[in-house]
Amino acid sequence: MSYIIPVGIVTGIGLLAGAILTVADKFMGVKMDETAAKVLAALPGANCGACGFAGCQDYANTLAKDEEHVIKANLCTPGGDSVAMEVSSILGVEFEGASSQFAIMKCSGSQDRTNYAMDYKGHQTCKANKLFYRGRGACEMACLGFGDCVNVCEYGAIRIENGLAVINKNRCVGCGLCAKACPNALIEIVPEKTRVVVGCSSIDTGKDTRQICSIGCIACKLCEKTCKFDAIHVIDNHAVIDYTKCKNCTLCAKKCPTNVIHVFPKPVNAAKQKAKPVVAEPSQEEASVQ
Amino acid sequence: MQDMLIILFSAILVNNFVLVKFLGICPFLGVSKKLDSAVGMSFAVIFVMVLATAVTYPIHMGLLVPLQIGYLQTIIFILVIAALVQLVEIALKKYVPALHQSLGVYLPLITTNCAVLGVTILNIDESYTYIQSLVNSFGAGVGFLLAMVLFSGIRQRIENNNFPAAFKGIPSVLIAASIVSLAFMGFSGVIDGLFGL
Repeated sequence: MSYIIPVGIVTGIGLLAGAILTVADKFMGVKMDETAAKVLAALPGANCGACGFAGCQDYANTLAKDEEHVIKANLCTPGGDSVAMEVSSILGVEFEGASSQFAIMKCSGSQDRTNYAMDYKGHQTCKANKLFYRGRGACEMACLGFGDCVNVCEYGAIRIENGLAVINKNRCVGCGLCAKACPNALIEIVPEKTRVVVGCSSIDTGKDTRQICSIGCIACKLCEKTCKFDAIHVIDNHAVIDYTKCKNCTLCAKKCPTNVIHVFPKPVNAAKQKAKPVVAEPSQEEASVQ
Repeated sequence: MQDMLIILFSAILVNNFVLVKFLGICPFLGVSKKLDSAVGMSFAVIFVMVLATAVTYPIHMGLLVPLQIGYLQTIIFILVIAALVQLVEIALKKYVPALHQSLGVYLPLITTNCAVLGVTILNIDESYTYIQSLVNSFGAGVGFLLAMVLFSGIRQRIENNNFPAAFKGIPSVLIAASIVSLAFMGFSGVIDGLFGL
């Protein structure tokens, strides 16, 4: 009967620990907000940060705490309408439609339009290349073409074509990961209705730009004079559109002498197909610690 | 006093848990990518190591030794440490939310970490007194912090280098870890010199 004591000890300690934990949870436990838990379940869980919060958990907690509903329930762009609707119904606010947005590329310098200033053989990422002087492009602000944005995109919406990142608007959900990854800050997240895009971020003067890029903005200010809504201005030697004022009249694009202002075709079908996010695998960090 | 200092410094440098005893390699490789997460994890480890020793030592001496069931040491220590960490997490969440925010993610990860279990068992194998055990656990935790901070710096250098495809990722990290470990072997005589033994 010598095994009774060991078995008893292990069982006893186990039961004691269980009892202490139960009591502790009862008296000290902090209840997770039920609303927050429900909202979290409704969110996609991609933790992309498109809503402007540090992950889905943070957004859910903020929404649950926000009793006056100052923070909008439709900030989750990857989730789209369905998630916004679900979150709105949990919070008891009116459904406003997801604030859909997508990424635009503010450089058109593919290899047939501008050249490389160096034959770079180093670490093949935009970030590393940018650290080396000011990047391999003849233009300081040109797309570096190593695809840091392609690597971070979870939706396969970006590809490198002829040394230039090209964004597929139909697959883009507007999470903004690429915008953060680009060392030249060439990618901007714009509202869904946007149709006019300035494809240049050059900070060189018009004369210098002409010598190194056949399409770059030469800061002639024709667009600025054409615009009836005061929506486009030349800032730092390139045109910048204020999307809160732009009415998509596309007059600036017609006037532009270098054709660097691009126009998206009018949407034919409003119902946009959203790509599903790649199932978020536990990061290497989490997996290897357990 | 001097023997306490000897125990402390030998736990940090000579018997470094990660680089010399090779315990706790999983968080060492997993969480050392960024400096702030490495530091956060290390402080959680220091905290849990000292706490676990404070609780397991009396259990061993007061319960397992008199009943002559020392062979149950491992399983009972795991049980106690796991419950303890859970309890600490609940208490922290309630009373010190700020600390829970910074340590919270790491606490469940070290519940059954081999370094934590290792330090409690080694304290008993070395037949330390209660106070000496606590000092040794604290030293082991600080040694873990040292290894994590040093290695996270090296990791950041590794990330920015261009390796042949076969060495990308974990292989290059393991090679770097082995070199750091070799460097720590160089500390083996330092305690004798430090305290003039």
